[in-house]
Amino acid sequence: MTKAMLSIDNAAKRFVTPASMGDRIAHALGGPDRTQTVHAVTDVTLTVAKGEVVGLVGESGCGKSTLGRMISGIYAPSSGAIALEGTPVAKMAGKRIQKLTTRVQMVHQDPFSSLDPRMRVANTVSEGPVHHQLVSAAGADDNVADMLVRVGLDASTRRRFPHQFSGGQRQRIAIARALAMQPDLLVLDEPVASLDVSIQAQVLNLFLDLRQQLGLTAVFISHDLGVVRHVSDRVAIMYLGRVVELADTVPLFDRPAHPYTRALLDSVPKLGAGRGAFSAVAGEIPSPLNPPPGCAFHPRCPFAGPRCSVERPILKAGDNTPGTVACHLYDGGT
Amino acid sequence: MSDAILSVEELQTHFFTRAGVLKAVDGVSFSVGKGRILGLVGESGSGKSVTGYSILRLVDAPGKIVGGRILLKGKDLAALDPEAMRRTRGAVVSMIFQDPMMTLNPVLKIGTQMVAAIKAHVKISTADARKQARDALALVGIPAPDERLDVYPHHLSGGMRQRVAIAIALLHKPAVIIADEPTTALDVSIQSQILAEVRRLADQTGTAFVWVTHDLSVVSSLADDIAVMYAGRIVESGETGAVLAHPKHPYTAGLMASVPSQAERGQKLVQIKGSTPSLAHLPEGCSFRPRCPRATDICKTMPALLPLGDTKVRCHHPIVEHAS
Repeated sequence: MTKAMLSIDNAAKRFVTPASMGDRIAHALGGPDRTQTVHAVTDVTLTVAKGEVVGLVGESGCGKSTLGRMISGIYAPSSGAIALEGTPVAKMAGKRIQKLTTRVQMVHQDPFSSLDPRMRVANTVSEGPVHHQLVSAAGADDNVADMLVRVGLDASTRRRFPHQFSGGQRQRIAIARALAMQPDLLVLDEPVASLDVSIQAQVLNLFLDLRQQLGLTAVFISHDLGVVRHVSDRVAIMYLGRVVELADTVPLFDRPAHPYTRALLDSVPKLGAGRGAFSAVAGEIPSPLNPPPGCAFHPRCPFAGPRCSVERPILKAGDNTPGTVACHLYDGGT
Repeated sequence: MSDAILSVEELQTHFFTRAGVLKAVDGVSFSVGKGRILGLVGESGSGKSVTGYSILRLVDAPGKIVGGRILLKGKDLAALDPEAMRRTRGAVVSMIFQDPMMTLNPVLKIGTQMVAAIKAHVKISTADARKQARDALALVGIPAPDERLDVYPHHLSGGMRQRVAIAIALLHKPAVIIADEPTTALDVSIQSQILAEVRRLADQTGTAFVWVTHDLSVVSSLADDIAVMYAGRIVESGETGAVLAHPKHPYTAGLMASVPSQAERGQKLVQIKGSTPSLAHLPEGCSFRPRCPRATDICKTMPALLPLGDTKVRCHHPIVEHAS
């Protein structure tokens, strides 16, 4: 394997909501502790090789976006470590963290809120590279033109404001802004979720083109299994803050091992599946405030046994699994 | 179709703005029979939602229904006075919206809202109304419906809230329910639970659904019939299986090819070039002409929606398969 661009080692993120004043007084007098802790991401270990695209998939509340933000340095991990080419992200400060943030760039879901409505496209795209002296102020204009052409926009549009573009074009601008920083790693958080299907295809094609031209390394976050299957080399399936299955894309979609991965794949409506073809997973996603003990998926799992509600399965390779999977089925039975 | 419960004929809903008259819905006709589900599919700006709102006469100024008839059990909704329309809405035809957090009142308990919705149409004691509300919740598969009557919307998950919204829509056993992207905001595992529930309800209660959505994959397993809209007009319609097996309009075919799961992994997706035209500057003739790979000079005249094989298509150059 080529050198790891990104390595995440046992990283976790917890959000703590402090108890109210009244509850704190009650706690001091012997009442229950009402501090609430959301375990958004728990013990995730993942590496992304140079030139690789890894998909992060899961439903709302699974922690995929939080993990994306941890990778790009927006959130510091509560425990564990995230390193970029061997340099731990969390320990950096000042100039060095600034240097890092330029190496990881993010593309957000909603291009209507991620672009400054009062800034011309040229400034939006050139502000970062000029500030970090990646291009000179004199060369900024040419650089902007280059970037816009690269993402399939006319260079003459650079004097315009975001509202003069459609949703798909705005997402192209957001991609141009990220690429202008010449990042080593791109984090795309649901980049096509807010776009119409025909526009979504255009943006995905652009991503595939850019990947080929620039050899991008990327983490692609999406709830849409079809999209992730299309663009990723490897896929991590997340459930309630943990990676439950991690494997190469093709074998994962051919023979998913984890019952949640299977359920998720079955839930996706498919073109030409025929009328009435639904297979629903029972139940709902539990709250990350009170994750179930043992395997977090056991209350919804058709294969759950006594072991599942007590002992948490570990992510590891089993017999004939496409990659690593966190499930007792592949580790001595439930 | 003679057994149609709802038939919309040449519906025209226009918006009178400073930029000119926007023909959001321009001559849309379709019908839905008892217990059938019609998938009304299109991208943003296609007029699919405005069509749904028009049926319930929920279009506000500057929008106005300027033509056509909306026949519900033979009665023209477009011609009803506001009071008669109010009595119809919720009782004979009701609606489910995309975001149940916006449609449920956050400061009223579920039971209170449902009882109010029942009493708006029938004279009934509160105790009986609560019983009806409870039964409606049970019907849409909500566990422990008695307890749910006494909770507030924020206590429920997104999927549960949407089930409540569906239960409210079903309260008066309406003939038709218009659903506007009701599962778009939900996770896939919850979406598939709701879709299975809706299919069962349509089959069991005989309620007809108009399911407005941008997602072809959703309607492929849910709907009996499909109508694909583009720039205010239906461009292709017919039985779901027939339309999806052999799409004849280049737009329908393009939409289907744009869905990633249909393509080879990592290969370029077949994309429709350009973007949806603004209603203020529609191209002359067929609205899809500038984006269409098959367009010729004749496309500068508007094609009609004509039967072709077992479906209907609005195109001068439909994709017809050559017998092998």
